[in-house]
Amino acid sequence: MESKAKGGGSYVGWLLILPLVLILVPFFIVPIIGVVAASFVQSDGFGGIIPSFTFENYKSVFTSALTYQLYWATLKFTVFAWFFSLLIGFWIAYFLVFHVRNPLLALGLFLICTVPFWTSNIIRMISWIPLLGKEGLINSALIKTHVIDQPLDVLLFSSLAVVIAYVHQLTIFMIVPIFNSMARIDKRTIEAARDAGASRFEIVRFIVLPLCKTGIALGSIFVVSIVMGDFFVVKVMSGGGSASVVGAFYEDIGVLQYPTAAASATILTVIVLLLVVAILRTVDIRKELTR
Amino acid sequence: MTADLTVKADPVALRRRRALAPSRGGRPWTFYVLAALFTLYVIALYGPMVCIYILSFQDVRGGLVFPMRGTSLHWFVDLFTQVRTGDVKGAFSRSIRLAVVVTIITVVVSFMSGLAFRRRFAGDTVVFYLMIGSLVAPGLVLGIGVGLICNTLGIEASWYSTALGAQLSWTLPFGVLVMFAVMSRLNNAWEEAARDLGATAWQTTFLVIIPILAPGLVAVALFGFTLSYDEFTRTLLTAGSLNTLPLEIWSMTLNVTSPSLYALGTVTTLISFIIIGVCLSSIARIQKRRAVGPGAH
Repeated sequence: MESKAKGGGSYVGWLLILPLVLILVPFFIVPIIGVVAASFVQSDGFGGIIPSFTFENYKSVFTSALTYQLYWATLKFTVFAWFFSLLIGFWIAYFLVFHVRNPLLALGLFLICTVPFWTSNIIRMISWIPLLGKEGLINSALIKTHVIDQPLDVLLFSSLAVVIAYVHQLTIFMIVPIFNSMARIDKRTIEAARDAGASRFEIVRFIVLPLCKTGIALGSIFVVSIVMGDFFVVKVMSGGGSASVVGAFYEDIGVLQYPTAAASATILTVIVLLLVVAILRTVDIRKELTR
Repeated sequence: MTADLTVKADPVALRRRRALAPSRGGRPWTFYVLAALFTLYVIALYGPMVCIYILSFQDVRGGLVFPMRGTSLHWFVDLFTQVRTGDVKGAFSRSIRLAVVVTIITVVVSFMSGLAFRRRFAGDTVVFYLMIGSLVAPGLVLGIGVGLICNTLGIEASWYSTALGAQLSWTLPFGVLVMFAVMSRLNNAWEEAARDLGATAWQTTFLVIIPILAPGLVAVALFGFTLSYDEFTRTLLTAGSLNTLPLEIWSMTLNVTSPSLYALGTVTTLISFIIIGVCLSSIARIQKRRAVGPGAH
């Protein structure tokens, strides 16, 4: 299959990549083009569209104060989710790679962290109800120990609950790539640094952290794009108290306002892609992945 | 993502890591701090899930929070017999069938793409970024797009056509990324040796490359199945009139407030665990056979 690598390599490569392209074109490229196109047409107000070119949808999105509130709320959640998942994910990976001496044990502990990733996100989200709810375990424990005498409302159906659910779901996206980068660090580099008199903090700051850049970047791409594109965690965990960008245009779809929804969707996609490109600029992900 | 699944299980790599283990002698204080963090993380990871599994076994008086009220399988029976909880059985069978198809396509296409990306070809960077784009694009935006295109072309959306494609636009980039990690360990010398011994391209692929990559392919299958089986945002607007299981769970979270919801959580997690168990144990079995067999690498 690859025997013609020198001469007809490109042609064989294209034959092998063809199925992927044949799926991504109709289910990624065409829908995106469809959304962008729909954002420039006019709605007739009854779920239909009037085929004409207009900037009205963008105008209404950009002049609405709601848009800015939604983006502000979503960005806040993104920053919190990113920060905490990175903080926890980095140290969990560091613990597994540099502190667990038995490699089989490290592999086992790593698998323990990854298993929930393969189970339903929605189930993992609703599983916070018996813990954080008004009559949940945390509230009743705090009341029994007389730390508080009224149940805390802020635990469930609040912004705090949204951030908890995000960090719960997304830390794994940080752990796996960072773990992968750390496991590739040549331990001799660290021994050399130690021999040269570096403290443990300096080793983390000047050796481990720079060498994990790719892992951190990959994890950040996952966390940022998932939180920006999410609406059900916000909807369920905030109890309707907080809205999100995606949630807002999902509601537009519900009332058949396709062009407005399409304009919001286009803007969001552009912002997410810009963020991803900004992260990608810091590392050459493809080189790192295929090396 | 699962690079490590296979990389770490490589006996040679494991031996090397042991030889270069970073710390010797007494544990530094950071070990205990990080061990505590790790323990807390695992408790937070599994604790809530364990709570709902326990609560799903209450009897008819059961509520959504502790304390447990009796023990029975009432809510599991309720889940599959009550009209109010919707067509759970149908959603189950649709989700499983869909996940099987997605898995097969993901494994085959990711494998082919992985082979393609081993060498440069015209436009490879474009395809690579196309894939990254498909991975990071907001799921609901793609859903809206697929819906709009269907409207325009007069195609009816359904779980086995449009939802299948929408899920593939998510599982394939994942599968190919895993393939990258797996392929980076594939030594070209093995292939060249096969070719020098007179193997045809097909023989090289099926008798050399695929057996060597088998554990990685199982990992791709695990991703394909579970990502499809739990997929929500991309399926929401593309599944048409019949629900898949995550959509069913979603509609239940909005209108069912009984432990039936938890029972459904228990059942679906059980299925996920069975799939994970089968995949991981088959990877372990392949690795073990290699470690003891004459062909150990």
